Amino acid sequence: MLDVVVLFFLLGLLAGLARSELKLPPALYDSLSLVLLLAIGLKGGEGLARQALLPLLPQLAAVIVLGVALTFIAFVALRRRFALPDAASMAAHYGSVSVATFAVGVNWLNVRGIDFEPQLPIFLAVMEVPPIIVGIVLARGLRSGIDWRKLGHEAFFGKGVVLLLGGMAIGWLAGPAGLEPIKPLFYDLFKGALAIFLLEMGLIVARQTTVLRHQGAFLITFGIAMPLFSSLLGGACGVLLGLSAGGIMLLATLAASASYIAVPATMRLALPAANPALSLAAVLGVTFPFNILAGIPLYYWLAERFAGVSP
Amino acid sequence: MITTEKRTMLTIITESVIENLLLADLDRLGARGYTVTDARGRGSRGVRDANWDEAANIRIEVICTRELAETLLVHLQQHYYANYAMVSCLHDVEVLRAGKF
Repeated sequence: MLDVVVLFFLLGLLAGLARSELKLPPALYDSLSLVLLLAIGLKGGEGLARQALLPLLPQLAAVIVLGVALTFIAFVALRRRFALPDAASMAAHYGSVSVATFAVGVNWLNVRGIDFEPQLPIFLAVMEVPPIIVGIVLARGLRSGIDWRKLGHEAFFGKGVVLLLGGMAIGWLAGPAGLEPIKPLFYDLFKGALAIFLLEMGLIVARQTTVLRHQGAFLITFGIAMPLFSSLLGGACGVLLGLSAGGIMLLATLAASASYIAVPATMRLALPAANPALSLAAVLGVTFPFNILAGIPLYYWLAERFAGVSP
Repeated sequence: MITTEKRTMLTIITESVIENLLLADLDRLGARGYTVTDARGRGSRGVRDANWDEAANIRIEVICTRELAETLLVHLQQHYYANYAMVSCLHDVEVLRAGKF
């Protein structure tokens, strides 16, 4: 049985495909993503308060290497088919991560009462930006007048990173007792917020169908094969880091997910020649639905095998 | 009878993702002011319905001298037309307080 939040996604998808006039106010979409990012951050920060932070540094380095490796692999696969800017841009999308996919994964584990390590949200934050840099360098070379300062600013002060890391800092400082008064909004309403957010995601995904009709076969194949491959690499990385089955599953999910917010916006500026419709059609039209409908349960099944825990 | 002076208004309709880039260019090239509004519509690049960031458009209006308006237009054509969804046009307008523009 699908999680109830995924049913909201399907409702949005159907409404969009049927050209329903259903439309969510853009401000609501922004507000919900803000709540989700803060909630994920707070929860992670609360967990981190109970452990030492220094041993996490090598883990962060490992997941950054994972994201960079995925970007290179995606680039090699895509270069056979697409021009340089398109291949580099799409590779960056696939190396980077999707908060929405992560949130569905977290929800999947919560519903089943499965624990995961509190540092996973930091992994989410640090995996977002390095693939963007790799994508830009792949397309433009190292000495190409890239504004590194601006890019660095984007990396550390982009909306997603500020909310995630800011939420973690607040959760870490406040601790469980301090968070008690705001729990009703961020913890109890998490699933409701995610459900409405996914309704909108369904509508957005439905709009990708026109591009898919033209570039369909390749984008669909890549959009499913890439996350399957990435999840194996992500899962293996999780085993190396000694994560629990829940943690391995979430890291596999992060590796398999592809960005559709931070990366498209940055790529549009840094690689204007890349066609944004191609990447968005693959990421939103294929990979995102695949991950939340079939991928996440599959990655948990994989994680259990990887962790050596049989059901 | 009020006295007005002729100026030129440059209207740019484009992707909201390049807003900051464009505004920096306008400042650098000497525009003394501009107005930005959210926009939506349809063109050769499909429906831009502003339902979410990647499909959002903006309209930038600059009132300035004819000379500056032409400089800005050429700059836009050279730097943005090839890769971004962008439409821009010039129109004659009459203003009070011509010193502002």
